[in-house]
Amino acid sequence: MAKLARKVALVGAGMSKFGRHFPNKRNPDLWIDAWLDAVSKVDNGINSKDIDACYVGNYSSDLFNHQGHLGPQMANLVGLTPKPAPRFEGACASSGIALRQAVIAIASGVHDVIAVSGVECMTELPTTGVTDVLATASDSLFEYPAGATFPGLYGTLASAHMHKYGTTIEDLMRVGIKNHENGRENPYAQMQQSIKEMMESKKARLEKEGKDIPDWKDEFDFLKSRSNPMIAYPLRLFDCSLITDGAACLFLAADNVAKKFTDTPIWITGTGQGSAALSLHDRDDLTSFIASREAARQAYQMSGLKPKDIQICEVHDCFTIAEIVALEDLGFYERGKAVEAIKNGETKRDGVLPINTSGGLKSKGHPVGATGAAHAVEIFKQMRGIAERNRQVKFDVEKAMTHNLGGSGGTCVVHIYEK
Amino acid sequence: MSEIVKDFTIESYLEYIRNKKLMGSKCKDCGETYVPVRKLCTKCNTANMEWVEMSGKGKVAAFTSITVGTPFFVEKGYGRNKPYCFSVIKLDEGPMVSGQLVGVDESKPETISVDMPVKVKFLETEIKGETRVDLGFEPA
Ligand SMILES: [Zn+2]
Repeated sequence: MAKLARKVALVGAGMSKFGRHFPNKRNPDLWIDAWLDAVSKVDNGINSKDIDACYVGNYSSDLFNHQGHLGPQMANLVGLTPKPAPRFEGACASSGIALRQAVIAIASGVHDVIAVSGVECMTELPTTGVTDVLATASDSLFEYPAGATFPGLYGTLASAHMHKYGTTIEDLMRVGIKNHENGRENPYAQMQQSIKEMMESKKARLEKEGKDIPDWKDEFDFLKSRSNPMIAYPLRLFDCSLITDGAACLFLAADNVAKKFTDTPIWITGTGQGSAALSLHDRDDLTSFIASREAARQAYQMSGLKPKDIQICEVHDCFTIAEIVALEDLGFYERGKAVEAIKNGETKRDGVLPINTSGGLKSKGHPVGATGAAHAVEIFKQMRGIAERNRQVKFDVEKAMTHNLGGSGGTCVVHIYEK
Repeated sequence: MSEIVKDFTIESYLEYIRNKKLMGSKCKDCGETYVPVRKLCTKCNTANMEWVEMSGKGKVAAFTSITVGTPFFVEKGYGRNKPYCFSVIKLDEGPMVSGQLVGVDESKPETISVDMPVKVKFLETEIKGETRVDLGFEPA
């Protein structure tokens, strides 16, 4: 894996508020929110005249919004017409791919500055429609007719991990609890509440209605109760990420122009992408994602870094099991050992390896095509020391990573960032 | 006269399923077996296949019990109070396939286990006067 031919810097990053915004906000509105937020984060300002292309990551505006061809639409809204405006699709990894392609285009010398857009407006469809659209990211020939849903495929993977490594439902729950603790500190997150807070408000509501108050001792009791219904065994509602509308925007610049925008660029020193068979039944291993391992291998090799060098990481927790597997696939922990580290608090905000300080897809939300770019937004903030509320980690972040997984693991994109 | 060999396409595979046969393709060069069928052997990059019938026996490789199902399964009457089991089955011949697992207690998924031996069961559904056949499995 060669080094990038030219250094590429992240000079600005921002996002819209994530949440259920339709019909008050649609793709164009969300994207402009993200653009303005990112512009405000560029130290010396940035203008559309400075930008050579707009790379758009979007999963399925075609099915969610009956709108294809999103690239030129998004570019036009921010004054980038007639510059190149391609759209990239790789399910939930769509804007991770857009970011990677922008890095490669700048490194190659074709472009100097690129705006990366990630955008998705999902709530235009009812939940059943969203579930069906998400299912098209998995194999529609053989898995879907057998009843597979998106949560169903991750539940299936979880059963294999539980069987092989003894992973428990409490292990899964710890991931959700931790990510909600982070999301409550993120003003851009969809659910800014800890699971404990949600439990207490549920109790309060039942008391007010004169109903029996459940004797939940802690979050685990609450999460095992009927208030957290099963979706696809062993995954319950609070093991699943959210249905979200949102957008994110990143500004990337070549080394020789980056200083025009900021004195403190964040360098993207490693990029990797991997793939896997779309159907789970065509994979050799159901307890790990080969696409993640391949993407990570490439990114580590390009940057010259090792897993132990990474200080924080945003991983793709579309389901709680996915965060556990990611920690193993990225080489932070041995296979089957991540749950012990999570139990010890290592991945909390004040732990040795904070994971998903943004709140993750679980609490921040998961507008699928925007998620990869939003991962980079959190890393930008943490490395700059500008993460809101009480979310900023207590050490100087010099080396960080993002991990963006598509569908049930058919695509993965990994990036490494250094100051 | 030898029988006309069906082309190694998805439709041929599905037609076998409709006739309640689980068929795969076997590479005549290296012996690798593919279910669902494939025309190209990705082990040796040749397209030199023959049809082979699977025994239909295997083990659960992974599974889930789904309460929020796909529209087809909702139409079949599955849902919150009647979950269904989606499974990945490792066939005795080696390949893995996806299918609904029936004959288990879907509402007590803790009682279903990985490695549990299963056998093929073709599942019939009446839709608009026509019978649809899907690949499924049940405990052996
Ligand atoms: Zn072969």
